[in-house]
Amino acid sequence: MSVHDHPPVLTDEQLAANFADIAPPLTNDYALLEANKCLFCHDAPCTIACPTHIDVPAFIKKIASGNLRGSARVILEANPFGHSCARACPVEVLCEGACVLNDRDEQPIKIALLQRHATDYVLEHKLKLFEPGAPTGRTVAIVGAGPAGLSCARELRRFGHAVTVFESKSQAGGLNTYGIAEYKLKADVALAEVEDILDLGVELRTGVTVESIEELLTEYDAVFVGVGLGSTKRLGIPGEDLPGVIDALTFIEHLKTHPYRDTKVGQRVVVIGAGNTAIDAVTQAKRLGAATATIVYRRGEADMPCYHYEYELAKRDGCGFRFQAAPQRIVSNGNGAAAGVEVRTPLGNEVIPCDMVIVAIGQGERDEFAIPREHPKVFVGGDCANGGAEIVNAAAEGVQAAKQIHERLING
Amino acid sequence: MADLRTNFAGIQSPNPFWLASGPPTNTYGQVAKAFDEGWGGAVWKTIGEPIINVFSRYGSVDLGATRMMGFNNIELISDRPIADNLKEIAEVKRNYPKHAVIASLMVESKQKAWHEMVKQTEDTGADGIELNFGCPHGMSERGMGSAVGQVPDYTCQIVEWVKEVATIPVIVKLTPNVTDITYIARAAVKGGADALSLINTINSIVGVDLTTFEPQPSVAGKSSHGGYCGPAVKPIALHLVSAVAGDPKVTVPVSGIGGIASWRDAAEFIALGAGTLQVCTAVMHYGFRVIEDLIDGLSNWMDERGHRTIADIRGRALPRVAKWEDLDLNYHLLAHIDQDKCIQCELCWTACEDGAHQAIRRLERNGKRETGNGKRAPVVEIIEEACVGCNLCAAVCPVHDCITMRQIPNDFPAVTWKEYAAGKGKLAPRSDQFHTATWSSRHV
Repeated sequence: MSVHDHPPVLTDEQLAANFADIAPPLTNDYALLEANKCLFCHDAPCTIACPTHIDVPAFIKKIASGNLRGSARVILEANPFGHSCARACPVEVLCEGACVLNDRDEQPIKIALLQRHATDYVLEHKLKLFEPGAPTGRTVAIVGAGPAGLSCARELRRFGHAVTVFESKSQAGGLNTYGIAEYKLKADVALAEVEDILDLGVELRTGVTVESIEELLTEYDAVFVGVGLGSTKRLGIPGEDLPGVIDALTFIEHLKTHPYRDTKVGQRVVVIGAGNTAIDAVTQAKRLGAATATIVYRRGEADMPCYHYEYELAKRDGCGFRFQAAPQRIVSNGNGAAAGVEVRTPLGNEVIPCDMVIVAIGQGERDEFAIPREHPKVFVGGDCANGGAEIVNAAAEGVQAAKQIHERLING
Repeated sequence: MADLRTNFAGIQSPNPFWLASGPPTNTYGQVAKAFDEGWGGAVWKTIGEPIINVFSRYGSVDLGATRMMGFNNIELISDRPIADNLKEIAEVKRNYPKHAVIASLMVESKQKAWHEMVKQTEDTGADGIELNFGCPHGMSERGMGSAVGQVPDYTCQIVEWVKEVATIPVIVKLTPNVTDITYIARAAVKGGADALSLINTINSIVGVDLTTFEPQPSVAGKSSHGGYCGPAVKPIALHLVSAVAGDPKVTVPVSGIGGIASWRDAAEFIALGAGTLQVCTAVMHYGFRVIEDLIDGLSNWMDERGHRTIADIRGRALPRVAKWEDLDLNYHLLAHIDQDKCIQCELCWTACEDGAHQAIRRLERNGKRETGNGKRAPVVEIIEEACVGCNLCAAVCPVHDCITMRQIPNDFPAVTWKEYAAGKGKLAPRSDQFHTATWSSRHV
């Protein structure tokens, strides 16, 4: 039986439960309790650790004082993607990992959940916290409507520059909309966050593939490129085009843009790779109803590029791990569909049987056009600049680029 | 095992913990339950001509997420008939002969009214009478409660009337809403009081609803000032108890009241001169069961410290309550930071820099902090020549014993301000002179 004729085993209720928020929002009482635990550090390590340098103690104290609007403003002023970062940021290695209370209580303040508490208030009440600046007559083109491009767009609009964003997909938001694990961030929140930025008067052109940056430079005073990375790298082994083999981003995008039931999953799923995207793929395959979902990784446990807490999550989800297992080829069944992954192990070759293979060995660079990175009017940020990092890095880089663009446009 | 039995102005109780007059002592059922759970005594909810209460009576002050740090009420005295109250007092006393049962009284300021009330009360077999000269709200508008307790002559006069007929001990409960409580205490003693209890509640408004602008607690849109109590008032009560218990002209025992919520609070009140403790708000918050740790904790502490009886510890801190002019100016302290315990929040720095004496130096943070890692380079250090030993850094530090105050020995004999101002004694070199000399150059 291949992935394509495998009947769904979970009910809609079970699927909804499996993809519910992994970190549900705090109640008002809990938020107050948690906010009051914050010490209000001076020169706070959490703020230093955040790539966008959100003044964390300040926004937490505002929660404690009942000033949720002010709290959200502190967050979103520093980070235009404060909503999604509250849900998908690797806080264990950023703000929460830096919290001084790790040393006293062995538990940090729940910064991400407090950030969500404050920013959810803005979404619920549809508050508009920012306004466009007085028009400057300058125009900027932004290529890519992900966190980097839209962060840049928001800040440029606040400076008063006209902004046009070009996006090849049908919806804005980039990986926030299409690529974050569903149990962390759902597309409706990602899109609401995008809408907030567009409301400042950003012109968005979706379904448009930019072919030349130079061409844009003839029409616009500056260009920001935040196109992210390209598609998943190929394995380069026999059988990777067999039915039943899919790349992780395509798998996750399908899941995030369709009813859960409509995303096909095998009974026995193998995920090749051990980065954070591989974890997203393996956990979501399991949550879709796969009987087994196993990470197959050519190196050892300590070598896995994923965050430790992501590894822990996958283990809690019941996912399997095969280390020191280097894929050699995808084995097909009698019907020409994937039926196993042959791996080389220290004990020799073996075939790990499966009916679905998800490839998650990282994304390649985009190759649709050359980015003239040295051009004085061209600015670059996000994954295509940093090689692939977090939403918060993209946001920080977008905001930083907007300041540089503004400086260039005003002072020449 | 420490002996907690108490003899307070002739009133015996198995331990020093009494329920203060208030909502927890309104009925037989409550007091009997409290005695069953371990309370040593109870001062009945104040009896007088029955009143009519308003709905919405209590207001609360939270500190952060902590509920009822302070608490106030605009409730009046008992709304039950005098006869019902007296009948139940008699019944409690009959069923709990070894516990202290005190009747709290408040009637209009007429000799005859007081005589009648006291006589009726004595018929119940109560162990004592407490005169409520303290409630600051409601009854004071009718010339009772704190309206009496704020005027020494009224206080003395009514105590005299009561003592004309009373055969059981009379305790006078004092209001803190006065400029100098010792004047009132002395007037009560002059009138013949056998004991004093303090403090009654402090005049207060606990807050304002910012949507409606109604002060709290609101009664149909309006409020009235009420009596403030709970943990927030303990320091005020400790001071007033020490002032009264330490007054050589106050020759009678003192019952301590005001924010007592733990055995530590109780021990502090006893150390400052209280013979018994009265508790109300802690019971209103958590129930009678709080008595268990009050007794257990006090008893364990006494055992550990070798104190056998309440009398052994009563007033032990009083000789150490001094006038400022008698404090030693040559006793110098220096803050010390235990860098192994420091979690690098820098609260000490910001407090000292902005709120005190600019005696902590910030050092560069040693890069990114990792979770649960080993030692890091310090981020703060004491500027020893500038530290005036004020305690602020130790007070704000969130880690127990991370910042400690250490004495800096010097060769100068102790000298008080009184002595120094009289030309006697010499001051040791002082770090606060550092500020005088360098302030302008440091802050241009």
